[in-house]
Amino acid sequence: MATSIRPPRTGLDPVLALILQRIGIGFGLILAISALLFLGIEALPGDFARNFLGQSATPQAVANIRAELGLDEPAILRYFEWLGGVLTGDFGTSWANGSSVNEQLGKRLANTLFLAAVAAVVAVPLSIGLGMLAVFFRDRLPDRLINIVSLIAISMPEFFVGYLLIFFFALQLGIGDGPPIIPSPGASLWENVQLVFLPAMTLVVVVLAHMMRMTRASILNIMQSAYVETAELKGLSPLRIIWKHAAPNAIAPIINVVALNLAYLVVGVVVVEVIFAYPGMGQYFVDAVTVRDMPVVQACGIVFAGVYIVLNMLADVGAILANPRLRHPK
Amino acid sequence: MTHDLDVLARHCAKGRVSRRTFLARAAALGVAAPVAARVLGHAEAQAATPIKGGDLVLGNAGGSTTDSLDPASWASQVPLNFSRTWAETLVFTDPNDGSAQPMLAESWEASADAKTWAFKIRKGVTFHNGREMTVEDVVASLQRHSNEDAKSGALGIMKTIGSDFSADGDNLVVKLETANADLPFLLSDYHLAIQPGGGFEAPDAGIGTGAYIIEVNEPGVRHTAVKNPNHWNPDVGHYDSVTVLVINDDTARIAALTSGKAHTINRVAPKTVDLLRRAPGVAINNVSGRGHYVFINHIDTEPFTNNDLRLALKFAVDREELVDKILNGLGSVGNDFPINGAYALFPEEIEQRPFDPDQAAFHYKKSGHDGSPIVLRTSNAAFPGAEDAAVLYQASCQKAGIPLEIKREPADGYWSNVWNTQPFCVSYWGGRPTQDQMYSVAYQSTADWNDTRFKRDDFDKLLIEARGELDQTRRKELYTEMALTLRDEGGLILPMFNDFVDAATDRLKGQVLDPAGGMSNGYIGLRTWLDDA
Repeated sequence: MATSIRPPRTGLDPVLALILQRIGIGFGLILAISALLFLGIEALPGDFARNFLGQSATPQAVANIRAELGLDEPAILRYFEWLGGVLTGDFGTSWANGSSVNEQLGKRLANTLFLAAVAAVVAVPLSIGLGMLAVFFRDRLPDRLINIVSLIAISMPEFFVGYLLIFFFALQLGIGDGPPIIPSPGASLWENVQLVFLPAMTLVVVVLAHMMRMTRASILNIMQSAYVETAELKGLSPLRIIWKHAAPNAIAPIINVVALNLAYLVVGVVVVEVIFAYPGMGQYFVDAVTVRDMPVVQACGIVFAGVYIVLNMLADVGAILANPRLRHPK
Repeated sequence: MTHDLDVLARHCAKGRVSRRTFLARAAALGVAAPVAARVLGHAEAQAATPIKGGDLVLGNAGGSTTDSLDPASWASQVPLNFSRTWAETLVFTDPNDGSAQPMLAESWEASADAKTWAFKIRKGVTFHNGREMTVEDVVASLQRHSNEDAKSGALGIMKTIGSDFSADGDNLVVKLETANADLPFLLSDYHLAIQPGGGFEAPDAGIGTGAYIIEVNEPGVRHTAVKNPNHWNPDVGHYDSVTVLVINDDTARIAALTSGKAHTINRVAPKTVDLLRRAPGVAINNVSGRGHYVFINHIDTEPFTNNDLRLALKFAVDREELVDKILNGLGSVGNDFPINGAYALFPEEIEQRPFDPDQAAFHYKKSGHDGSPIVLRTSNAAFPGAEDAAVLYQASCQKAGIPLEIKREPADGYWSNVWNTQPFCVSYWGGRPTQDQMYSVAYQSTADWNDTRFKRDDFDKLLIEARGELDQTRRKELYTEMALTLRDEGGLILPMFNDFVDAATDRLKGQVLDPAGGMSNGYIGLRTWLDDA
C-alpha cells in the first residue's frame, strides 16, 4: 500500500506533506466511518429499546424508553446531534447505564493498548528474528521447523490457543493467571505484565506466523538480486548479508505487515478478551452492539478506525523513510 | 407433612437419625427423593454454625458492560445476583416450600375478598446512606415500577397489581382492581427493591438496605459489596465482602473455579458437568427449578390454527431424549403446560404426554395439512443447545411423517425479531413464583408476552377466579382445569424443565439450593460461608 502512493509536490518537505495529507484524509475517513456505523446500527433489526429490554419488553416500557432517548426523531437529526457532541470532544453517555463514554473508553482503551503492547514487544522482534533465521538456514532443518511450527500456530483458532495455554500453564503448571484477568491501576507495571502473560502469549502465537513468513519471503526475494550475489562474491558472511544488505531493502513490506498485525492486536482481540474475561475495548464494543447502545458503538468504532488509520500512516511513513527512492520523488 | 419432614431432617442433621432412614421415611411421606435431599441439605446447613469473615467471589455469566444499578433495568444473572447483596425486597420466597417469607415487610394481611392488602413495614431499617427507611420509600419504589412513565422490567407483573399503593401508619396498603391471593409472591420480584425516595431521583445510585454495601461497580467486569455493619438481620451475610466477577465464557468460568479465582460459578454447561465432577474439591449444585425450554407456535396463524396439527407436533417430541441429550439428564420432562412440581398446587395427577409417533401421525393426517414443510426457527440465544434440540425434534417428527424444516436465526436480535413475532420458534421461560404469575404473563388473552397467541375467554375466567380464590382445594381444581386446557389445546410445546446448574468449591458451606434460581436464587452471599475464612 505504501509504495504506490506518491507524496504531492509542494514546497514542504515531502515526508511532512505526506503526513499532513494523510492526517487530512484520516479525518475524512473517520467522519465517513461514523456515518456508516450509524447507518449500520439503524439497519440492524430492533432498536435500543427492544434489545435492551430483551425478553422482558412490554410495549409501554419500549415506548417510554424511546420517548426518553428521542429515538422517535428522524435518524439524520439524531446523527447530527451526536456529531455535534463529538466535535466538542464529548462522546456522551451510554444509553444503557448512563455512564460517561469518555471515562469508560479511557479505561478500556488503556487495558487494550497495554495488552497489545506487551504482545507486540514480544511478537515483533521474535517474528522478524525468526524470519531472518529461517532465511539463514533456508531449506534446512531449522527453517523447516520454524515454518511448520508457525503454520500450526496460525492454523489454530485463537480461542483454542487461549484454552490450551490456560489449561497447561494456569491450571497444570501454575504459571501465569487464568481468567478473569483484570489489570488494576494500583499494581506496578511489572505485576500487570505478569498478569497478562497468558493472553499476551495467545496473541503472540496468533500474529507470529504472519509476520515471520512475510519477513522470510521478502528477504528471500531480495536474496535473489544481483547486489546480494555481489556481496556473496565479495566474501561477506551470510548473516552480514542478510542484516546489512537484504533486510533494509526488504523492510517496506515487513513494516506493512507489522502495522497490520499491530492494528489487529488492538481491534481484533475480542475473542481473547472473552476467553480471558479481560476488560478491553472488544467486549465493550460487542456488549454495546448487542443492545444497540449507539453512543458507545460509535465511540468504539471511531477509536478502532483511528488506530487503523494511524498505524497505516506510520507504516507508510516508515516505508518511505526506509526507501530513499520514495523520499525524493521525481 | 412438610412439617414432619422438617423435624425429621433436623434430627438427621444432628445425627439422631441416619440419612438412609430419613430418605426412606421421606418416601413414605410421599416426598420425592430430590426434594427430600434438598430439605435435608438445608437442615444440615442450618445445624452448622456459620463462620464469619472471608471474601466470597462468584464467577457469573450474564453480565454486560451495559448493566446498570437501576433495578428497573435488570434482566440478567449478574445484576440480579449482585442486587441480592445490597438491595432488598419486601418479601422473599422460601427455598424449601416456595412460600412467601417476610423481608422488609414484617407481616401482611389480606381483606376477605383478597382485594385490599396491608403490609407491615419493618422498622429500624436504614439505607446505606444512613437514612431510615420509611413506608413512603416503599410506596415510591413500587410506584416507580408501575406508573405510566415506567421503563421497568417489572411492568409485566405490575400490570396485574396496578399502581394503587399508599402509606397508612406503619403499613403499606395495596388496593387491587381484581382479587389476587398471590400478592406477597409478586412483591418478591427482584426488580421491586426498595430504594430511598423510590429511586425517582437517582435510580442507579446503588443505595439499598441490604447486608452489604456497594464498593466497586464496574459493569461487565466486576462488582464488589462489603459487609454492612448496620444491617437489620444479623443472621444473614457472613462474609466481609462479596464480589461478582463477570465471566461470560463457559470454559473461562470453569477455569476460574478450578484455579481458585472464584469460589462458585453459575450456568455450568450440561455437556461439561461430568468432566467437572471429576475435578478435585468441586461440588456440582443442581436444582430443578421452574425454568423451561419450549417450542411455541402462534395458534392464530396458519397452519397452527388446527388443533390436530398442534397435537401432532406435541406427540412428536421425544421428551426423554431431549432431557437426556440436551440437558445431559439435568432436568425433567415437561407436559405442555408451564407448571411443574416446583410450584405450589401443582396438578400432579395430569397424565404425562408420551412420545408417540403413531398418535402424532394420526393427528397429522386428521389435520389435513398439505405436507408443506413446517418451519421452526431456532437459535442458541433461546437456550444452550437450542439448535441441537431443533435437529432432534426434526428427527422425531420425521418418524411420524411430519415435515419439519429448521431455520437457524442469528442470536443477535432473536428476542426482537423472532420470538413473539414468528409463528413457530424455540424459546425459554424463566418461570415465575406462582402458577398465577406464569399463566398471567404468557397465557392470558391480554398478556404482552402471549407468545402462543392463546386467547381464550374461558381460560381467562378460570385464571381470574383462581387468582382471588383463598380456598386452596378449589384453587387446585381450577389450576388443574387450566393446565389441561393449555396442554390439550394450546400452542405451547414444552419438552423439558431445565435444572439450574452451579458449581462450587467444597470449602463453600451452608449451601442452600433454591428452586427459584441459580446461585441460591442470588442469595448465596447471604446464606453461605467459607469453612476456612
